[in-house]
Amino acid sequence: MNEGCTGCQGGCDGGQSRRGALFKLGAGLMTVGGALAAVPLLGSLLAPGFRRNADTWVDLGPVADWPQGETRLATFQLPHGNPNDGETASAAAWVRSMEGGTFQVFAVNCAHLGCPVKWFQQSRLFMCPCHGGVYYEDGSRASGPPPRGLFEYRWKVAEGRLWIEAGRLPGLEESA
Amino acid sequence: MLRWMRSIVGWTEDRSGAISFVAPIMTHRVPRNAKWWYVFGSATMMFFGIQVVSGILLATLYAPSAADAYQSLVYIDTQVPMGWMLRAIHGWSSNAMIVMVLVHMLQVFLHGAFKYPRELTWMVGVLLLFCTLALAFTGQIMRWDQDAYWGLGIGASITDRIPFLGNQARNILLGGPYIGGATLSRFFALHVFVLPGLTIALVGLHLALILKNGISEMPKPGEVVDPATYRKTYEERTHRTGVPFWPDAAQRDMVFCGLALIVVVGLAALYGPFGPGGRPDPTLIDANPRPDGAFLWIFAALALLPPQIETFLLLAGGPVIVLGMLAVPLISNRGERAPTRRPLAVISVLVIGSAIAALTWLGVSSPWSPVMDAWTSVPTPVRMVRRLTPLQMQGALVLQNQQCRNCHALDGEGGMRGPDLTDVGGRLSWDQLVRQVQQGGGNMPAYGKTLSSAETVALAAFLQSCRVGGEPAARIPGALERAASSDSAPQALAPLGK
Repeated sequence: MNEGCTGCQGGCDGGQSRRGALFKLGAGLMTVGGALAAVPLLGSLLAPGFRRNADTWVDLGPVADWPQGETRLATFQLPHGNPNDGETASAAAWVRSMEGGTFQVFAVNCAHLGCPVKWFQQSRLFMCPCHGGVYYEDGSRASGPPPRGLFEYRWKVAEGRLWIEAGRLPGLEESA
Repeated sequence: MLRWMRSIVGWTEDRSGAISFVAPIMTHRVPRNAKWWYVFGSATMMFFGIQVVSGILLATLYAPSAADAYQSLVYIDTQVPMGWMLRAIHGWSSNAMIVMVLVHMLQVFLHGAFKYPRELTWMVGVLLLFCTLALAFTGQIMRWDQDAYWGLGIGASITDRIPFLGNQARNILLGGPYIGGATLSRFFALHVFVLPGLTIALVGLHLALILKNGISEMPKPGEVVDPATYRKTYEERTHRTGVPFWPDAAQRDMVFCGLALIVVVGLAALYGPFGPGGRPDPTLIDANPRPDGAFLWIFAALALLPPQIETFLLLAGGPVIVLGMLAVPLISNRGERAPTRRPLAVISVLVIGSAIAALTWLGVSSPWSPVMDAWTSVPTPVRMVRRLTPLQMQGALVLQNQQCRNCHALDGEGGMRGPDLTDVGGRLSWDQLVRQVQQGGGNMPAYGKTLSSAETVALAAFLQSCRVGGEPAARIPGALERAASSDSAPQALAPLGK
């Protein structure tokens, strides 16, 4: 991009220093302008990586809907879904209702690579269709490639209803 | 030519110089022996052209919003005149483009055409291969069905494993903290703007490099590449014995491209479009996600990587493969080109090729995946329950009801994750059977807490009866002997269960 300089070599007289300054001014202005434009452009691209925790308490219905000793699928709407999401704004979790009114709420996403695990009541196992990860009823790893047990949502019972803290795709960085 | 036509052409040529620009490109001299081996690059480019045209037409019909995408695909398939064929051509031509780019690369590699002075041409070609694969992956996401949704889940889970910044990187990839509308929009932008733009630019560069360095001759054993003399020899030879690209070489390209196109359109008409599969509803957990053909070998590798180094291989594998392929001409850019004189090159193609083929086959059969409905859909073979005692019969029921068949086959029917149990009674003794059922291990969950001791005894009794051709039951010398009746367990078992 030094055409301005090479153009001078054949016959241009004088103005070398002024043109050098003009070139520097141009380069400087381009840099400033580029940076000003780059901030919003890159910012919009990278913003999703720096949003704060998207989790919110989500209502899974009356506690009575979750009979003790059973593990059932709960479906709910993601709290911060946007209108373009369509069906993908919904989500599912496995609710294990235990004695004494306590719960374990597992993400359906396998801890290996996120495929949907399925509960088998008789053998009391979760099985994953993708790479064969298997978990016990308490979510701990039973066999297969998963590096850990199932992700768990935080839960609470308020006003006779079961709530979980949800809103994002569960992943390895989650505290759970 | 008619006079008025000639005057129009003359006028345009005078103002644009188009003909004097294009003519030398079209008629540049290529080696006389550059014949049928040299058609695959052109075929790749033709299929890319088909992808651009059919892709633009699809963009006029497809709704790139997560809320509407699936429905718009169904609409294209069922309501739009010739819409299904448009999708079919886009899908089949994408597969053809992948096949052609691989064959092209294989030919260039085996013929040593990447050697001096064509190192950069190879490197740009490697980038084009990965652009092609990226287009295929993002294209699969455009289908916005269960495979697309859970495929994104796999991509997100891999990204999540990046140390320290994994979660941020994942959310940037997905456009938010979950797979949704923002995700599809991101991948749509990649699929229709970023990647095609990049591909067009790289194709231009690839062609410019070909014009600069010329098409390589067919390799001859003993004819070595020496950077000091190569260009001079090549230019002299092509000048002396070469033929013009147009029409001498181009006619073969045309014949092959025409045939390939007819085959692809035929396949599209015969087999129709790919998907969409199940609705992209994350609450439908019966999904059985599988990637498209080009990625099945990766899917298989993900099931088979040793867990201890899995994360490292997941993250480092891609960059190592890309850098390794880019570096090929830096490792060897001179010497013999003929495959008969380059055994290492031939062996690496065979090894890598058969590894990918084997992994792809494993990806298709995915023996590590439980067959989720085997316990209800695959009956116990009648042959195996004939003449069983009531206890053994009860054990056969336990085997079925406890979903054992999801991972274990009987007579070859059922899951393949665990061993086929048809002859397990001849392989494992009573004690070993009980131990395996209760404690699991060797990639099998433990059933000690799930099964009552009565169920365990019945199951072990059935498993012991699973023997082939009058084989005796397996025994360990010195272990407790079972009582005479096959319906009673060895005495030591009782305290184990609950």
